[in-house]
Amino acid sequence: MAAVILRENYDQLLHNLLEQVLLLGSMVEDNVHCSVNAFIQRNHHVARRVAELDQNINDKRYAIEDTCVTLIVTQQPMARDARFIIAVLEISTELERMGDYAKGIAKITQLMGENPVDATLLAALQQMEEIGLQMLRRSLDAFYHRDIKVAREIPSVDDRVDRLYYRIYNHLANSMIYNQTSVENANYVLWAAHNLERLADRVANICERTVYMETGELLELATNEDIA
Amino acid sequence: MQQRSYYETVTVHNYKEVRMLTSTASLILNNHVQETTTINPSFAMQARDLSVYYGNFRAVKEVNLSIESQKITAIIGPSGCGKSTVIRTFNRMNELVPTARTEGEVYFMGNNIYAPNIDPVEVRRRIGMVFQKPNPFPRSIFENVAWGARINGFKEGIGQPSMQEWVEQCLRKAALWDEVYDKLDQSGLSLSGGQQQRLCIARAIAVKPEVILMDEPASALDPIATLKIEELMHELAAEYTIIVVTHNMQQAARVSDYTAFFSMDEDRAGILVEYDLTKKIFTNPHDPRTEGYITGRYG
Repeated sequence: MAAVILRENYDQLLHNLLEQVLLLGSMVEDNVHCSVNAFIQRNHHVARRVAELDQNINDKRYAIEDTCVTLIVTQQPMARDARFIIAVLEISTELERMGDYAKGIAKITQLMGENPVDATLLAALQQMEEIGLQMLRRSLDAFYHRDIKVAREIPSVDDRVDRLYYRIYNHLANSMIYNQTSVENANYVLWAAHNLERLADRVANICERTVYMETGELLELATNEDIA
Repeated sequence: MQQRSYYETVTVHNYKEVRMLTSTASLILNNHVQETTTINPSFAMQARDLSVYYGNFRAVKEVNLSIESQKITAIIGPSGCGKSTVIRTFNRMNELVPTARTEGEVYFMGNNIYAPNIDPVEVRRRIGMVFQKPNPFPRSIFENVAWGARINGFKEGIGQPSMQEWVEQCLRKAALWDEVYDKLDQSGLSLSGGQQQRLCIARAIAVKPEVILMDEPASALDPIATLKIEELMHELAAEYTIIVVTHNMQQAARVSDYTAFFSMDEDRAGILVEYDLTKKIFTNPHDPRTEGYITGRYG
């Protein structure tokens, strides 16, 4: 019978990598939350801070990538281990892009100055943020626990984010038709909404990588909207 | 067995997933790895219910395996699982072991090589072997290649290469000609380990085999010589079927098209656990024992 060999050091390295991904996710979550709050409250100080902290997110992403490369060349990972490291590379890229969305919203806050925004639009943006971040938390949790059942379910929630985006879009489109002086402002708000909508899309990519890591299958987790 | 890939569209929780499953061998082989092989002459070699005994000890148990022609198949597994025993049955080399006994069948292009009317010497000409330790004859480099061809009926003539030309062709195929062309009369034993091994490959090629069995051909060589042997295997696969036993999983992953993973049963008999495209074995093996072995968690 085959003897069980414990690769404690190697397993610890893999676990450390996993924790770094969760840490990166936490950093992104914080920055997204702060960026939307800064937009709603017109807090330019916080917005500046979000833009600065994005560099930390980038640095963490590159550190994770470096760790992955080191593991590949020194440990020659196979099968599940290899799929895990590849998934980490993809997920860290997705998280870094989400960090860029937060930075984008922070910049929009600074560009908008003190221009007013309809309260219903702000409420919709906040809802998009809450749903998107909840999706992100659940997706990283599913990644950590290798829970493909949950990973497959999460992308469906993206529909709610999309509906909120289109509600904002329609509202802004109408306002631009009847009040051309509001066009610049509307563009900024639309761009912030677009960033939050794209954030939710990227969560779906994270879920796909979780499924790949666990099953080896590369597939696209479609939403109801894609099927319809 | 026909190669095919297919798409599977499934509905999971109301969401559409389109999956492309590209592992062809596993569709058939992994579902039926323990089922008896169906003999098909398009395969270079096939084992059907193959068991090998040394005295009363069963070293290999009921192997069913089909080797694709003109591909490289790696055989991996822990020590003592019967890898070398299996490939020695593929050219009847096991018969040289006094206590060895084979049950089941081994087919070469649809022909049972253990049938009573089959000449084992002819089997070993067409299914050549390269061993772990390079073992050139204590003769000149030229004679190492020419001797086998000569005793197997090599004849010069119109439209046929001369022996000189044939030796050069074989040494070129073995990626050795450029290093020895000006010293063909020197002893084969004067070469480095890596060169000796390539000389042994040239010797095997010289008798025009269809299959080349390699039992850990690079394990005694330095890393550079190892890589040269691996490059050579890629080139040879265009013309020959290659079956290589290796302890080096990374080597198996680098060189082979297909990989067969052997392990040991409770009674310490070697068994075939999984056989599939190399890419599948090393990215997403079907059997947890395979996964355990290739990730280094079982040995």
